[in-house]
Amino acid sequence: MSWDWEKLKEQQQSKGGPNMPQFNEIADKLKNVKLPGGPVVIVLAIILLLGVSMFYTVDVDEVGVVQRFGKYVRTTQPGLNFKLPIGIEKVTKVKVRHVYKEEFGFNTQREGDQRKFSPNAEDTGVTLMLTGDLNVALVPWIVQYRIKDPYNFLFKVKDTRRLLTDMSEAAMRLVVGDRSVNEVISKREEIAVEAKNILQSELDNAESGIQIVTIEMKKTNVPDPVQPSFNEVNQAVQEKEKMIYQAKEDYNKAVPNARGEADRTIKAAEGYALDRVNRAKGDAARFVALYAEYDKARDVTKRRLYLEMMSSIFPKIGEKYIVDSDQSNLLPFLNLGKNKGPSK
Amino acid sequence: MNSKVLLVIVACIAIMMAYTSAYVVNETEQVVVTQFGRVVGDPKLAPGLYFKVPFIQEATYFPKNLLMWEGDPGQIPTLDKTYIWVDVFARWKIVDPIKFFQTVNNTVSAQSRLDDIIDPATRNFITSYRLIEAVRRSNRELDTFEIGLEDIQKEPAEKITEGRDKITHGILEQAQPKLSPFGIELVDVKIKRINYVEQVRESVYGRMIAERKQIAEKFRSEGKGEAARIMGEKERDLKRITSEAYRSAQEIKGKADAEATKLYAQAYGVDPEFYSFTKSLEVYNETLGENSSIVLSTSAEFLKYLKGYK
Repeated sequence: MSWDWEKLKEQQQSKGGPNMPQFNEIADKLKNVKLPGGPVVIVLAIILLLGVSMFYTVDVDEVGVVQRFGKYVRTTQPGLNFKLPIGIEKVTKVKVRHVYKEEFGFNTQREGDQRKFSPNAEDTGVTLMLTGDLNVALVPWIVQYRIKDPYNFLFKVKDTRRLLTDMSEAAMRLVVGDRSVNEVISKREEIAVEAKNILQSELDNAESGIQIVTIEMKKTNVPDPVQPSFNEVNQAVQEKEKMIYQAKEDYNKAVPNARGEADRTIKAAEGYALDRVNRAKGDAARFVALYAEYDKARDVTKRRLYLEMMSSIFPKIGEKYIVDSDQSNLLPFLNLGKNKGPSK
Repeated sequence: MNSKVLLVIVACIAIMMAYTSAYVVNETEQVVVTQFGRVVGDPKLAPGLYFKVPFIQEATYFPKNLLMWEGDPGQIPTLDKTYIWVDVFARWKIVDPIKFFQTVNNTVSAQSRLDDIIDPATRNFITSYRLIEAVRRSNRELDTFEIGLEDIQKEPAEKITEGRDKITHGILEQAQPKLSPFGIELVDVKIKRINYVEQVRESVYGRMIAERKQIAEKFRSEGKGEAARIMGEKERDLKRITSEAYRSAQEIKGKADAEATKLYAQAYGVDPEFYSFTKSLEVYNETLGENSSIVLSTSAEFLKYLKGYK
């Protein structure tokens, strides 16, 4: 208002002056407002500004979305591009080839990253999920996405990134809600694939223009207080196997040895048998041979055998008593216990 | 001279008029034009450059794109009396900007309308279903078994009749008619998070721990059982092996004894008396020695010559 007033006054002051072109008057007025440079410079500056706003560059990994008076008119490709000056056309550059990353439930530890999560209650809230068997699991994951349709991305949804994070959480919980805690821990690939499908179809429904590149599951786990008991199960599996192996070890220690021992017993018996039979054969052969000769001269052979035996044993015998055949009652003279009781 | 100044003034006013009468509707916007607070003409839904009567008419902008709403229904008990936190969000858009303008006027107050309508709907639905209905979305077979625990007794998983998808759809259907008068279309309602409240979570952890412990014990006892079975096998095999060996040995020995007996009988049977004689001599020879005492009469065959010969 005051500016208008000033302008009016100025115009009144210039009344009665030389006949000047209209732009000079305006230039005068502008000079009084104390803008630097002459009027021509200002006009040039304005033209330059408009001129500069007419071209723009689009980087290799992006496209330019041009709106004329707010209405979408075209999408431009990388390189130098022209548009109508400022106020008429507006360009928004969208990185269509860039892969964006959204992380859920763990700390990326990158300095200065807005998406850094801190390990507080909110953090565990993201990953804490109910499984289909009504247990609780911790499921962290990463969503990688890119902008497939810049038009939809810019204009169809208010806060596209927010939509993505909310939908990711909802989709992941939907999938985990249909899995047991065991499956959540052991079948991450399957979960990632299903979550990706659900998320993609939801994003398509919302016309978000986002394409999910991949959902990557990080290490799924159970909450800290429960973890020892899960480890215990693993440990118990190990223990079970250990016990079985130990028993097998015992078995292997004893049984092959016993088989050897058994073989030995049998071989020994076979040895005994051979011994027994051979001896019998030998004894029999000897007897048969002896008998053959004995039969030819029975009396003399018998005498000879008897006397030979006597000659063999008589010298060895310790005490010999020879008693006359006419003598009787011989026993009183004998001290039969003499040799056996030296202490007496 | 005067006319020149006038011209400038007129030009300035014209520019100002043009500026205030022209307005741009963005791709993400829609505009309702009002005149002294009354709606004039159709809402401007398509983006582009529009004009209105300056000063008198006013353009009010509303978003046309998908908007978000985040609910806070708080703790809700389910039908099976489990207290849970439910985190719900919804997408909505303004489909009738004039109605919207007349009833709620701006998106901030729209949010509170949404709060008033969707939160109670959510509570209604959650409280009238079991927890499992809100968690699961299908009766997919759960793989709850540990490897090697196939025979464990497990209560059959609870079957669901509705599932999460149907519950959220139900919330949507209940809320939508109440939002139509505001020119709002509810696009979807989703459950973002369901979590047990703190106390319930503790007891759930307790249950999980107990369940794991029982599984662990099962494994341990399986291990012990299997080990015992192997030990039993060992003992049986040992006994079998040694006894079989003993039996074989005895059979072999018996056969040999029989063979020997037969051989002896054949040989000695010819003259048992002579066998006795020779065997006795042999035995005397082997058994009598230094420690033996012998009393012999001179009538014995061996000594009869001591008293002379006849």
